[in-house]
Amino acid sequence: MPTFGFTHLQFLLQGALWTIALSACALLGGGLMGLIIALCRVSRFSVVSGIAWAYIQVVQGVPLLVIMFVGYFGLPALGVPVSPLMAAALSMTVWVGAYFGEFWRGAIQAVPRSQWEAAECLALTSTQRMFKVIIPQAIRSATPGTVGFMVQIVKNTSLASAVSFIDLTRAGQLINNSTFQPFLTFTVVAIIYFMLCYPLSVLSRRLEKRMARGMRGV
Amino acid sequence: MLLDGALVTLKLAAVATVLGFVIGTFCAVGRNSNLRWLSALCTGYVEAIRNTPFLVQIFLVFFGLSSIGLTLSAVSVAIIALTINVGAYTGEIMRAGFNTVHAGQWEAAECLGLSRAQVYWHVVLRPAVERVYPSLTSQFILLMLASSITSQISVSELTGNANYIQGVSFRPMETFIIIGAMYFGLALLMRFAFWLIALVIFPRRRRLGTSI
Amino acid sequence: MNTVPPPEASPQSQDIVVLRDVYKSFGDNAVLKGVSFSVKRGEVTVLIGKSGSGKSTALRCIDRLEKVNQGHIEVCGHVLTDPGLKLRQLRLDVGIVFQSYNLFPHLTIGENIMLAPRSVKHLSKAEAADLAKKSLAQVGLSEKFDAYPEQLSGGQQQRAAIARSLAMQPKVVLFDEVTSALDPQLTGEVLRVIERLAEDGMTMVMVTHEMNFARKIADQVVFMHQGKVWEIGSASVLDKPQTQELRDFLAHEL
Repeated sequence: MPTFGFTHLQFLLQGALWTIALSACALLGGGLMGLIIALCRVSRFSVVSGIAWAYIQVVQGVPLLVIMFVGYFGLPALGVPVSPLMAAALSMTVWVGAYFGEFWRGAIQAVPRSQWEAAECLALTSTQRMFKVIIPQAIRSATPGTVGFMVQIVKNTSLASAVSFIDLTRAGQLINNSTFQPFLTFTVVAIIYFMLCYPLSVLSRRLEKRMARGMRGV
Repeated sequence: MLLDGALVTLKLAAVATVLGFVIGTFCAVGRNSNLRWLSALCTGYVEAIRNTPFLVQIFLVFFGLSSIGLTLSAVSVAIIALTINVGAYTGEIMRAGFNTVHAGQWEAAECLGLSRAQVYWHVVLRPAVERVYPSLTSQFILLMLASSITSQISVSELTGNANYIQGVSFRPMETFIIIGAMYFGLALLMRFAFWLIALVIFPRRRRLGTSI
Repeated sequence: MNTVPPPEASPQSQDIVVLRDVYKSFGDNAVLKGVSFSVKRGEVTVLIGKSGSGKSTALRCIDRLEKVNQGHIEVCGHVLTDPGLKLRQLRLDVGIVFQSYNLFPHLTIGENIMLAPRSVKHLSKAEAADLAKKSLAQVGLSEKFDAYPEQLSGGQQQRAAIARSLAMQPKVVLFDEVTSALDPQLTGEVLRVIERLAEDGMTMVMVTHEMNFARKIADQVVFMHQGKVWEIGSASVLDKPQTQELRDFLAHEL
């Protein structure tokens, strides 16, 4: 029985790279989705707003694992073939989109009413208002929380292991099957995750403090 | 079979909520303590849990316990892992709650002769919980959703059972849509339960209708 | 009704509070620079002075809410600078009433008052309730036993806070600007309670801006200025100040 050695560590690090890749996909896809959802939520048309609201409620009320299974088992049953990566990326996009959508909606609505009015009085169209005046300000207040949520994204990619995606967690499981040193293996896995997540946590907290200081001057 | 799974999910959530709350409260007290090693230990605990995936934590508990010779049922392992996890997040929430209690309350209580532990129990705990109650209930509902992950160590809770069913019935979409609705229902049930609990433990709010 | 107190066994027991050469700094900021005064049993001592003169700090030092950097403080036989000091024993002998009342908002007035007697003195629920009712009667709030603090006016809350301190039967009560946060109309009811306590022979140390009240009840007036005891004497110093600083201060207050 091989003991945990350098080759195993390399295998784990490869898995970690895939974790980062999946996180990036989730961030980009979910980010785009979130932006769309947030804009729908603040739209004037109550139908659009309602659909977005329902989307958020459903996705937030269901475990991510279930969404993953829907993507991995459900889509093929409907005739759409998916690889583990595709299923995982799609599921995470849906999931991240809902959380970002809700969070960014809050940030947009937190921009003072006076800003909206000032932009209107400058004869900007509603699209220009949104993208040139409101969103830049919303980004400022939303950044700490968004960075904080990135920690959640990285952690939740571990669920992709349940749909056979070879991320860091799955790599750990595979190694465990050959070395039978589970505690050591998963401790290393945990440490790698920690090294990925902790800097993001610290950054998020620092951004929050800086924002609190900055706001006092406003 | 799905109903059995739902019951297991509820049981996991309920037990872990209670135990996790106790641990989280002690963790928050520990972080505020004057003993530096205790404060550092609690902070380390919270950071370790918050920066690692729950699935990995479950595996560590599962394999860790078996490596020291303890063989427990999957449900027990799940409860332990869930408790450790939610304890860290609850600790953060309770710490914020404790900070909302003014220093003047502490001074008044200590000047009446109460010990530190008595001040926590009689003066700080209930107002703190009342102030962070929404955060706490959200956290515990998230806990219930996270219990789905314990299906990965073969706990027969809702998601685990659903996975089995869809495997043998070849109807994944229906199965998962149904359990999606069931999780929804469970969340509503938990919200109702927390509302009832609030009526009991916050007599002031019940009588006066105001927030603290 | 002047009852002569029986002669004490030891000569020191007349002085229930003693401060000697007390120094206290917060970081670089020196707030108390050599404060000395003492309070006799049954006496009312009033600390007056501008904000920043250190009077509140000196008061808080008496109940060990602040630790002194240098000097000697003795309260009811407890030496506060002693590292072996039993803080809870001290707090049983000293009661303090704060400017912002600090009532516990999640407990009724009755529960507020009963908390310490039950938890610290281990009275039964019935005994504590009895004690609480008596304390409330003393401050004229008997009907508020089951009310919550937010249902009371500021003056009533402060009287309830006084009742809470009295329920522990302290040997000396400290009052830290207890009327400063109140509307002028509500000040009177609180001062009347304090006056009655003084008549009953309670030893008190008060920080206040109410000069007329001080004139009425003070046995000793301590005027503090820039962290030192600038002038000290009976209530007559308020009418015949010896130092210029006290004269200026009194002129401002009127």
